[in-house]
Amino acid sequence: MKLAIASGKGGTGKTTIATNLALTLDDKGMEVQLLDCDVEEPNCHIFLKPKIESTAPVTVLIPKVIEEKCTGCGVCAEVCEYSAIAVIKGKVLIFPELCHGCGACKLFCPENAFIEVPREVGIIEEGKASGISFTHGFLNIGELMSPAVIDEVKKAAGDKEIVILDSPPGTSCPVIAAVKDADFVLLVTEPTPFGLNDLELAVGMARELKLPFAVAINRSDVGNEDVKEYCRREKIEIVLEIPNDRRIAEAYSRGEMVIHALPEYQKTFETCWEKIIDLHQNMMQAEQQEKTATES
Amino acid sequence: MKIAITATGPSLDDQVEARFGRTPYYLFIDTETMEFEAIQNPNVAAGGGAGIQSAQLMADNDVKYVLTGNCGPNASRVFGSAGVKLIVGVTGIARQAVEKFKAGALVVSGQANVASHFGMGGGQGMGGGGGRGMGAGRNRRS
Amino acid sequence: MKEIVVISGKGGTGKTSIVAAFAALAGKKVLADCDVDAADLHLVLNPRIEHREDFSGGKKSKVLEDKCIACNRCIEECRFDAIHYPVLGNGKTADTPWINPIFCEGCGVCVRVCPADAISFEPAVNGEWYTSSTNYGPMIHARLGMAEGNSGKLVTQIRQKARDIAGRDDIDYIIIDGSPGIGCPVIASITGADLVLVVTEPTLSGQHDLLRVAQLTSHFRIPTIVCVNKWDLNPDLTEQIEGEAKEHGVKPAGRIRYDNAITEAQIMKTSVVEYTGGAVSGDIKAVWQNVLYALG
Repeated sequence: MKLAIASGKGGTGKTTIATNLALTLDDKGMEVQLLDCDVEEPNCHIFLKPKIESTAPVTVLIPKVIEEKCTGCGVCAEVCEYSAIAVIKGKVLIFPELCHGCGACKLFCPENAFIEVPREVGIIEEGKASGISFTHGFLNIGELMSPAVIDEVKKAAGDKEIVILDSPPGTSCPVIAAVKDADFVLLVTEPTPFGLNDLELAVGMARELKLPFAVAINRSDVGNEDVKEYCRREKIEIVLEIPNDRRIAEAYSRGEMVIHALPEYQKTFETCWEKIIDLHQNMMQAEQQEKTATES
Repeated sequence: MKIAITATGPSLDDQVEARFGRTPYYLFIDTETMEFEAIQNPNVAAGGGAGIQSAQLMADNDVKYVLTGNCGPNASRVFGSAGVKLIVGVTGIARQAVEKFKAGALVVSGQANVASHFGMGGGQGMGGGGGRGMGAGRNRRS
Repeated sequence: MKEIVVISGKGGTGKTSIVAAFAALAGKKVLADCDVDAADLHLVLNPRIEHREDFSGGKKSKVLEDKCIACNRCIEECRFDAIHYPVLGNGKTADTPWINPIFCEGCGVCVRVCPADAISFEPAVNGEWYTSSTNYGPMIHARLGMAEGNSGKLVTQIRQKARDIAGRDDIDYIIIDGSPGIGCPVIASITGADLVLVVTEPTLSGQHDLLRVAQLTSHFRIPTIVCVNKWDLNPDLTEQIEGEAKEHGVKPAGRIRYDNAITEAQIMKTSVVEYTGGAVSGDIKAVWQNVLYALG
């Protein structure tokens, strides 16, 4: 089961839920892996304090011109949609930070004068936090290719029965890179007008990607009923509600796990997991039935 | 000699634009006669790499010097290759800036004065006017 | 004309609520919502849209089914795995490939390798931006589609429009709700501004992210001040954050206490300072005074 934790905007409690859920399941003796895919601002390690055992660079392929073969014809600059190549006075200039790695320059060079070489855009670190297998990545400052780092973090997914992904906030490319092949997505929101607005965007994304999902409401008693009303109307299950408990905010501010500071919440996360498993099974069954129906 | 200056409008009486890659206009000026040609920046709404594209435009037009407010490292690299000399930190009315240049009062920087905005999916001007609102010579109403 | 940008390293720190309060406190101003990935300011300021314009982040490829000869060259060369044969509603596979716009990076390789000239390559409209009026003054805001990588370009357009209006109508302040994070859109939000106000929280992640933001603003040489929201959740850490900020040349702009009135105001679709005359409004007014002082 690969569960992605996502939200339309930052600061809704994604990391809190990802880390506490992972640790709750680990405490119950399950095999858990946590992948922090928010490679621009990874925060899970602040709470889980993993012991890092290995570090590896993340690279992308960028073009390199073999000067002896190059005639300075300028085709590479013409076909590059990202302006990552300029040909000035017959000399090819490559701007690696703008390169998306599409391979157009190499493919269309009439002289076959390009090779591709790796370039580091970030790192990933792997380790253990309690029994949890932990992986996160850091995008180098100023780099564009966060999906490349996210993909590398995700490659660490092993055969653990439970894989939890903490996704970046929003609905942009890095988020899609993180959630696209999850079995289930948990969308975290708050019961406020901002929370509702951003939840609608996140729901739009999950539906577009055809991913099964449910909602978690953080600080569930602060705002109004609009988020719940929306979920009822859209037939979206709410599998977790965390009340607005000042002690949680204080524990968070100190970098402490909620279930350590306030053990009574362990049950809350357990119940959430059971609901997700049930929902997922029901959805799989429904899908299976539909398939059989179309086939017959 | 042919030079180029970034400007907010199509005449020598317009302000020098602080951004190189995203300037609304480039003025190509013959410093001997002060004859000039204004061209609208074709890269102003480019997705990314506007600085590089615009720098290439300068090279293609055989410009010897570029006068602007801010310029990032990518455009600067193109200038280096093309042998175009770069003067940054230029403010005020375009005509006055050219006069100052002719009097030798402006110094070639030879390099970028603001960090690149690369890798943002593009969309921002190179330099983007890193010093705007802080320097002298702006129309500040305070 | 002075341009003030309110940003937060991490999302969900109360940035938008503070911008809304400034909208009520400032004299003549234009408001700009540059948090285009999770735009929320309109939920408080209730803009009346007067003008709308399409936004295109870049080109996308599309298969022209009547011309396609199904040679699969595009699929072979696409490095983003964006092209495949979709399964239709009846369970059958389509006769021609389909390019998933979510994964298409707009590199144009498929367009160029296609022997049948069967792929179009046009600017894709993926958002809208608006010029609106509010009870507080003109407002520029936008709505961006999902997976749109070019939000920096949209931010640049919004700011340009705000400047045009401010110049035309002799307006004193442009108040910008900036993006969270340190990436593309936030850099586009802050370059060339007169002042950046960072809103952070006294948490370990807030502390971590503030330092990255401070590096960014000093890099662009923009005067920066910081206010700690919900400071009383962790007074020691607040102290520490302000101290570290000073070391980076970032002066404190005041503290805002933890108060549910901020959420309540959001629900009432109004600014905090109009909602309550309580202590939290006093805190925000003091921050605004510090903003004015920092502007000189």
